Amino acid sequence: MSGKDKGGIMSKLAETGQHIRSSQAWSSIFRPGSPFRDGYSDTPRNRSYVIMNNVLYHLHPVKVKRHGVRLSYTLCLGGLSFFLFILLTITGIFLMFYYRPTSPQAFLDIQALATDVTFGQVVRNMHRWGAHAMVLTVFLHMARVFYHGAYKPPREFNWVVGIVLLLLTLLLSFTGYLLPWDQLAVWAVTVGSNMGRYAPVIGDQVSFALIGGTQITPDTLLRWYVLHVLFLPFVIVIFMAVHFWRVRKDGGISGPL
Amino acid sequence: MAGLPEHLLRRSAEAKAKATGRPVEEILAELKGEAPPPAAGAPSAGSGPVRDLAKESADLGVPEDLLRRAMIARAKKDGTPIPGEPGAAPVAAAGTAPVAAGSPAPIPTIPEGVRTQRLLTVVKAGAIQQTKREPADKVNTWPHLLAIEFVALLVLTGLLFVFSIYVDAPLLEFANFNQQPNPSKAPWYFLGLQELLSYFDPMVAGIIIPGYGLAGLAFIPYLDRNPSVRPSDRKLAIMIFTFFVMGAAILTTYGSFFRGPGFNFTFPWVDGIFFDF
Ligand code: HEM
Repeated sequence: MSGKDKGGIMSKLAETGQHIRSSQAWSSIFRPGSPFRDGYSDTPRNRSYVIMNNVLYHLHPVKVKRHGVRLSYTLCLGGLSFFLFILLTITGIFLMFYYRPTSPQAFLDIQALATDVTFGQVVRNMHRWGAHAMVLTVFLHMARVFYHGAYKPPREFNWVVGIVLLLLTLLLSFTGYLLPWDQLAVWAVTVGSNMGRYAPVIGDQVSFALIGGTQITPDTLLRWYVLHVLFLPFVIVIFMAVHFWRVRKDGGISGPL
Repeated sequence: MAGLPEHLLRRSAEAKAKATGRPVEEILAELKGEAPPPAAGAPSAGSGPVRDLAKESADLGVPEDLLRRAMIARAKKDGTPIPGEPGAAPVAAAGTAPVAAGSPAPIPTIPEGVRTQRLLTVVKAGAIQQTKREPADKVNTWPHLLAIEFVALLVLTGLLFVFSIYVDAPLLEFANFNQQPNPSKAPWYFLGLQELLSYFDPMVAGIIIPGYGLAGLAFIPYLDRNPSVRPSDRKLAIMIFTFFVMGAAILTTYGSFFRGPGFNFTFPWVDGIFFDF
């Protein structure tokens, strides 16, 4: 009796689901070929449709070279760099809710993450370890591209774009390093930015503009915060867009060796 | 004209007739390739070098009648006789020309307000994108690539999350500008440079080496002109790159773990690790 009743509810649910999936609103959201549409079947045509009718079409072509999807070719390193960037954006936005770029509040806010904020510490950890990991994956990605000779024509320019991305990644990491405003942060940044001061002609000026004075002060904190959460992510996203676009325009992943 | 529908041809012929004052039917026949254009009537086939249009058409992938038109047009422009074709009968080439040979139709002035258009050329379709069409072995992005990416994303997030549960990010005391920790180290990715600073003048270690290093890195594709991607053909390039990568790795490790108070040499297993992530 009860089993029969349950079946009734289930079939009602299924019916409702079907009804929703065949509604005009639903099919206006999911374009043809989407697995979320009513009656998706795994056909070659639908496999193409999934990409063609998807925002991912901006990143991926419908078909890719078979050797390019082998993990042993790219080691997923470029992709991992990108995923890490996305994770860093998400965790970074979370951290921004609890962080004020002033002294001493910056330090106290970071401290409070461990005690006062649900998941605060773990999100901070993810942001920090993720940032270090990204420096590493970007570097390894560069090495893998080199060893494959994947910078050779027609991909020369994408290598140069890659170098810009490497620099931007380092700058993002370096500007973020100051934000906890503890002894580690200010002295690591002091040592690091002192190196740039020796540049001929412009060294002093560049260093003055970046640090916002002749030495690190709370003004530096605000300046680097804005660079870290706004300016550098904005620039790196633009360069990533060019990078991904060029990967496709240059004929996809470089050929097998 | 292969492939063009009759009514389009007729429209084009009518427009041309209006503009030039010649009969529509004549132009139409000409467009269809049934008759050569008037000025081309005179020279008989076979008076020039022989061209095998059928073969060229097969070789180039251009329809034969387009090739013939191009040939006639070029001959007309240069004032040379039209090259013959091995298969073409002389009658077909010249016989049906309605305009008397040697007296080209007077070029009529185009009435005011009439615009004439010409189909200049037919360009063979080709990709705008720079792709070499190798016989590629391809798979569908969905599901093959997307599935891998999705799993990679999950694994990465999972690993990072678990690691972050167990290992806390460092947070030392509140910033104090009067008390420099000893040693003071830059973030790890700059420690190779800091290590260099302890050997060389800051101008050399801080500017020249990283500056030239970076420029050299960026210009690799323009310096390495060797087109081969086979490792066995690139021994020198691989050697140089590996040399620099290993050098950077060694300097970084050295600066990270083998430098203690005063940035003096230590063994990490003796004096402990003076390094924070
Ligand atoms: C934020 C940093 C970066 C991101 C997110 C990124 C992302 C990617 C992705 C997703 C690919 C597709 C293939 C793969 O996964 O290996 C790729 C390819 C490529 N990347 Fe990067 N990349 C970055 C930095 C760099 C750097 C530092 C270089 C070199 C200096 C570089 C040079 C290239 C080149 C030449 C290709 C084409 C490789 C091929 O066709 O096999 N990229 N990049």
